[in-house]
Amino acid sequence: MIARRRFLTLAASSIAAPALAASVDLRLPGGPSDRPLTAAFADKRRMILQRTTPPLLETPLSAFDAGIFTPNDRFYVRWHWSFPTEIDARAFRLRIDGHVIAPLALSLADIAALPRFEIAAVNQCSGNSRGFFEPRVPGAQWGHGAMGNALWSGVRLRDVLARAGVKDGAVRLRFSGMDEPPLPEAPDFQKSLSLDHALGGEVMLATHMNGAPLPLLNGFPLRLVVPGWFSTYWVKMLDRIEVLAGNDDNYWMAKAYLVPSTPDGGIAPGTRDFARQPISTMVPRAFITNVADGSRRHWQSALPVGGIAFGGTTGVARVEVSADGGATWRDAALGPDAGRYSFRRFDTVVAAPRGTTRLLARCTSTAGVVQPLAGIWNPGGYLRGQVEAVNVEFI
Amino acid sequence: MRVLFILLVAGLTSAAAPASRPVSIDLPFDATQFAAVGPGAPSADAINNNCLSCHSAEMVLNQPALSRMEWAGEVAKMRKVYKAPVAEADDAAIIDWLTAMSARLPQRLAKGGG
Repeated sequence: MIARRRFLTLAASSIAAPALAASVDLRLPGGPSDRPLTAAFADKRRMILQRTTPPLLETPLSAFDAGIFTPNDRFYVRWHWSFPTEIDARAFRLRIDGHVIAPLALSLADIAALPRFEIAAVNQCSGNSRGFFEPRVPGAQWGHGAMGNALWSGVRLRDVLARAGVKDGAVRLRFSGMDEPPLPEAPDFQKSLSLDHALGGEVMLATHMNGAPLPLLNGFPLRLVVPGWFSTYWVKMLDRIEVLAGNDDNYWMAKAYLVPSTPDGGIAPGTRDFARQPISTMVPRAFITNVADGSRRHWQSALPVGGIAFGGTTGVARVEVSADGGATWRDAALGPDAGRYSFRRFDTVVAAPRGTTRLLARCTSTAGVVQPLAGIWNPGGYLRGQVEAVNVEFI
Repeated sequence: MRVLFILLVAGLTSAAAPASRPVSIDLPFDATQFAAVGPGAPSADAINNNCLSCHSAEMVLNQPALSRMEWAGEVAKMRKVYKAPVAEADDAAIIDWLTAMSARLPQRLAKGGG
């Protein structure tokens, strides 16, 4: 009886479920745009395969439609170098040294004994959406899915640093993880934050995301969480914190992940000489997640449009939706507020014209920053934040 | 309601002790090699011999149409910054192949001079 019921359930679901696609078209201008979907990576369900080695796995936009917290097994993955594929949590130590009173090596048990802290925060790659820049730029050719939102839990960085004691004259903290370049002379991945920022009370060391230990591919056993800042600072497999008494001129701060020192981080394509600075905070963005760009669907007079938005460094005050390419806008209803750094759900219903249309969603942060309609350009393909279009053809 | 539920569950489980067993995964391997892009096109030997020890082929195959100068810049960056042991004698053959690959993509207008 049970077996028969199970058979019926399976039969029904195999009819109801659409065939699983083997690939996805990211609709990058000029291509190449097709990417395979893969379930070959540990603890990850179907992800967009950007690169196998070192792994670059992108979250399909539809995954963000299920809720404001991105499941760990759909959370995007980005590594610069090779990294250990086996971690003995009992042997793991976080070293804290440099300009400190007492250099330390903390076990995970030592860290777990500190006061707990948790925060909902968006983790977004600096180059998220790089593939949409025009003119196109080299680098990881991400669509919009190099981001995710999680409830991060662990301990505050300042509580960890208090164990070692920071000496007078310290100005920065430099972080590095267990990943290593295949060639030892190549620059180890290291990032740094100002002391004031790092000890401000929001920057934390996470052991868990969404209530479960970090997946190894997302930085098990410990990663830095820097709410409001791009993910390049969220060092994975964090095993060293170095307190610096001066500036950090390491490659990953001084040469890579730089943006033009202009108000919006944009510059005219082709500009050669311009001041640059390390990328830092995120800007507001909104994504329609219940209707796919380039999709064809049956026309319905009242079309539900929903998705997720985030404010960058502050919360989401408003999301407006347009069903006529920006001629008119209506306010969407906002879902529960899980904190200023979190995704926030928006939903509305629009009157859809027949034929084809461009759906738009525009976020305004609680700081009053409104997503621009026109995009910026820079040679790194960083900081994209313009209103994104979803083109739909009604049949 | 759903959000509250997730927050509640996360709150209950996040105080879990650190994992006490080694965590281990296997990573997939992509054995894709670059192929000649057409009859009379540049050979893929040089790029296959130099460019697959640090990253899999997708990194290259997913790039947009880049100019010969842009590709030369990428090859130079791999050697100078990331210390890839690419023989300078192979540069021309690698860049020839990459430029030929880009030429197969739809050419975009209004390249911004970069």
